[in-house]
Amino acid sequence: MIEPVPAPSPPPARPGPEAPAVTAAKTVARGPRGEPVMRLRQVSVSFSGRAAVRDVSFDVRTAQITALIGPSGSGKTTLLRALNRMHDSERSASVTGTITLGDLDVNAASTDATLLRTRVGMVFQRPNPFPTMSIYENAVAGLRFNGVRKKSLLDESAESALTAAALWDSVRDRLKTRASTLSGGEQQRLCIARALAVEPEVLLMDEPTSALDPVATKRIEELVGELKDRVTIVIVTHNMQQAMRVSDQCAFLLMGADKAGELVEFGPTATLFSDPSDPRTLDYVNGRFG
Amino acid sequence: MASALAFDAPSDPMLERRRLIHEAARSSLRRRALTSRVAVGVCWLCLGIAIVPLVAVVAYVVAKGLPAWSADFFTHVTAPEGIPGGGVWNAIVGTAEIGLISTAVTVPLGLSCGLFLAQSEGKVAAAVRFTADVMTGVPSITIGIFGYIAIVKNFGYSGLAGAFSIGIVMLPVVIRAGETAFRSVPPSLQEAALALGARNAVIARRVVVPTALPGVITGVFLAVARGLGETAPLLLTIFGNQYMQWNPTKPMDALPLVIFNNSSQPYADLVQIAWGAALLLLAVVLMLNIAGRVAAAVLRREKR
Repeated sequence: MIEPVPAPSPPPARPGPEAPAVTAAKTVARGPRGEPVMRLRQVSVSFSGRAAVRDVSFDVRTAQITALIGPSGSGKTTLLRALNRMHDSERSASVTGTITLGDLDVNAASTDATLLRTRVGMVFQRPNPFPTMSIYENAVAGLRFNGVRKKSLLDESAESALTAAALWDSVRDRLKTRASTLSGGEQQRLCIARALAVEPEVLLMDEPTSALDPVATKRIEELVGELKDRVTIVIVTHNMQQAMRVSDQCAFLLMGADKAGELVEFGPTATLFSDPSDPRTLDYVNGRFG
Repeated sequence: MASALAFDAPSDPMLERRRLIHEAARSSLRRRALTSRVAVGVCWLCLGIAIVPLVAVVAYVVAKGLPAWSADFFTHVTAPEGIPGGGVWNAIVGTAEIGLISTAVTVPLGLSCGLFLAQSEGKVAAAVRFTADVMTGVPSITIGIFGYIAIVKNFGYSGLAGAFSIGIVMLPVVIRAGETAFRSVPPSLQEAALALGARNAVIARRVVVPTALPGVITGVFLAVARGLGETAPLLLTIFGNQYMQWNPTKPMDALPLVIFNNSSQPYADLVQIAWGAALLLLAVVLMLNIAGRVAAAVLRREKR
């Protein structure tokens, strides 16, 4: 966060997790909005024995957007990557505590990480479409990786995901062209489509707009809002206005005394920004530091 | 997922796709896991096969060469024909002198050239880069012949002629290693210096060279190790010398030459000397590699 933030005007009242679906703008198409879909209990991540984020507990709720905010080094991305076991490939990393997806223990040895990731997808900071694949091939890459061969299912998924990512109309006539011909913002939307095509239940987004210009950022933010009836979203952002604009609930992390990130406050976004219970949250959302 | 979303209408196409895709993922999991395991297995196998000759060479040289090592081996010069014993002291001195001379000449030359290549994108740079690349691929016997024609034909056999030939082998390696190291310096650092009003020479001296130093040192040590092991350029230039010779303007002996000459002899003790020299050369190359890495690591740590 670089630019100072004016005192935030409280965003329009959103339903808190306790009062789901009362003022929901859209009909809830899928699942009871507000039910916990992922539960984090005392989650800590450490690298080579040194804690990067410690004892985080909160619930990710269905069809809601959960934002992880906090200054650099507070462990937002580290925490996010624990949710679909992206730390598996980092030898020095260890995740403790419990993370559950529905009834599934995410970190259990019996849980297959590849299957888990078909249920918990991810979009990264920088657009990373596969450069050798066409737009269409990128969109269905996740399906192909998972053994889907049926053409009708591939086509249907590609169209649905590209439509959901607000990309279908502009690329439907050039699905066979290389993904690298798209602009940065389009590439990121293709990456979102690619993640959506697998139809995950939860989509993790790691600062998805940090490499984009303001116009492209606005489009992605609008998209995130539209997607929440389709998939539950957890988004990392260091942009507080972004968190305020897009999220329903918010987790504020801060680097503790021993450099490990800690959860300072968690709650409905409106409350966190207008009436936080922790003075550090108040300072942060008012732009006094960070 | 079943628990949270079970009540949804099954007609929802999105949920139907989710069911189909996750079903496909689950049912193909066993096959994919197996494929993955086979692929990893094949990689391990190939790694094993690739490593066999490397390990075999080292093991063989150690096994054959170690018995040759003795105090005499390191301190005595070549024994006269027919007399057992003798050592390679004369060859050690020759290799050391030739190595030092060629390093002293090629390192400043090569690094300056590498710095130029790293900073320049022009046609000259492209031509030099291409030449250096071709030079690294030139068979070393060709360089030996060149040394023979250019130096030996005019001034006779000498250690200097050998150092000249070895230098030609080392030069392109130093140039390219230097360029790679200098190129790894982030352009943003150079821009920062530019924006402070620094001239190119100052940027090179105060920013580029210090930042690239660990990489440069590793590259130089590797180039020296490469040069010391070259045999063909020496064959035609230093002639060999059974006696102690400190003067590099005279014919000298060198370790690669000892290996080459002695290994084809019918006498067991001479072959033994060749194995010992081979092991010594291997040890020197190993030491240079380790020294290069350690020096670079120490420099990097000091900067932090």
